[in-house]
Amino acid sequence: MKKAVITVTGKDSVGIIAKVSTFCTEKNANIVDITQSVMSEYFAMIMLVEIGSLNVKFADFADELEEIGKARGLVISTMHEDIFNTMHHI
Amino acid sequence: MINTADILETIGMIREENLDIRTITMGISLFDCVSDDEARLCQKVYDKITRCAEHLVEIGEDISKDYGIPIVNKRVSITPVSLIGGALTPDGYIRLAQTLDRAAETVGINFIGGYSALVHKGMTSSERNLISVIPEALASTKLVCSSVNVATTKAGINMDAIKLMGSTIKRAAYLTRDDSCMACAKLVVFANVPEDNPFMAGAFCGVGEPDCAINVGVSGPGAVASAIKRAGNCDLSTLSDIIKKTAFKITRVGQLVASEAASRLGVPFGIVDLSLAPTPAIGDSVARILENMGLETCGGCGTTAALAMLNDAVKKGGVMASSHVGGLSGAFIPVSEDEGMIAAAASGALTLERLEAMTSVCSVGIDMVVVPGDTDEAVICGLIADEISIGVANTKTTAVRVIPAYGKKEGDYVNFGGLLGSAPVMKISNLSPVAFIARGGRVPAPIHSLKN
Repeated sequence: MKKAVITVTGKDSVGIIAKVSTFCTEKNANIVDITQSVMSEYFAMIMLVEIGSLNVKFADFADELEEIGKARGLVISTMHEDIFNTMHHI
Repeated sequence: MINTADILETIGMIREENLDIRTITMGISLFDCVSDDEARLCQKVYDKITRCAEHLVEIGEDISKDYGIPIVNKRVSITPVSLIGGALTPDGYIRLAQTLDRAAETVGINFIGGYSALVHKGMTSSERNLISVIPEALASTKLVCSSVNVATTKAGINMDAIKLMGSTIKRAAYLTRDDSCMACAKLVVFANVPEDNPFMAGAFCGVGEPDCAINVGVSGPGAVASAIKRAGNCDLSTLSDIIKKTAFKITRVGQLVASEAASRLGVPFGIVDLSLAPTPAIGDSVARILENMGLETCGGCGTTAALAMLNDAVKKGGVMASSHVGGLSGAFIPVSEDEGMIAAAASGALTLERLEAMTSVCSVGIDMVVVPGDTDEAVICGLIADEISIGVANTKTTAVRVIPAYGKKEGDYVNFGGLLGSAPVMKISNLSPVAFIARGGRVPAPIHSLKN
């Protein structure tokens, strides 16, 4: 199953995991793994989701997530996992 | 799960360090469009380009979205038109250029390259017809790019062609004098031109290429500069390793995008071009890499050495990251398209002579250099001959994209806009090579033993 990596970075924001998780559920993106860390007030969350059964176009899924981030002063990137595998694994 | 640090590094390279795919260029062979009837030729050319590249822009944008990496340009390169336009009159060649422009606009690409001629050994009447109208063709179109190969290491240098290009460049500048002499920014003179180059203005689809292929050019000077900055005060062996590793990662993205584009478009993957291509944006400059390596300013003593090392390390890192490497593959040093180069040229630290020395160790050549508008035609020819000789003697590609800015003098600025950037008018020696250029003929191919 195709997977994408959602990365959320910015100042800590209450409820952001809930917000992104709910959004993923609505769009039928299954969350496979999640990791987060908070350094001083900065927050980084990385979520691996399956995108094979999305009920919207991937581009719209990524755009909407970016908007959700913007509204809270966070940067949300949604990228196909292959770019990371290609760059960092031989 | 993928390592968190790797994910954040990739996102940092894209968001903070301007890593992008500079271009997906679709090479399209036009040999099957040949006709002795001008209207029929133009129609077949238009139809083939719009058919092959119909989904190029859309698929490029989809890939950009999927992987979260900007793909700045989508372009098309075609068979050099002098090879398919044997029956055309000079006016016919202008109409062919306008057809190409229309096709490019229809499919929504940024540029179309291949309004070109290969005249390194001699010139056919068809090539002469084409070159005679390059200025008019470029002045009356927006997206068409032109190149002329005037020399190869095997054939030597066609000085008659260089003589012709001197007047062609001057006329191109004059015809577009109200538009920053834009025609000159779309015209390159080459030695040892590659047949699969995805970068403009010199891209075309060579005679040994398939019917259609995808070639990709990566960028990434900002990512290399940041990696060097982070490395701190290490020795040059370590620095070379750091550049190699960064170039590897950059090129892997290029390879991923190229194979994905080829598969979605249903055409073969051609090559990834390893060039470090700068933009005028802050943090996307090859000159600043050299400065991060330890130079006070790009252009000072040590510049050629630093660039040679950078260029070599980029190739070593990139070559393992891609299954097929080609095109120009080296660090670009276009003056107007590189924020650090612009600053170095404006301060007087970077001279034309230093640029020429730099071109002997990297791709491509005297690129996007603006000289005074009243520079003599023979001087332009001399500049071209010098640069071309470096390529021929060193068995490498070199090129000249020079803009004799009409009505401008040393110290003035010319603004081209967009990725073409802006540049100060640079000083050029006006000592005349007119008698040398007037001799014409061919410079014989160089000997390749007794190397010194």
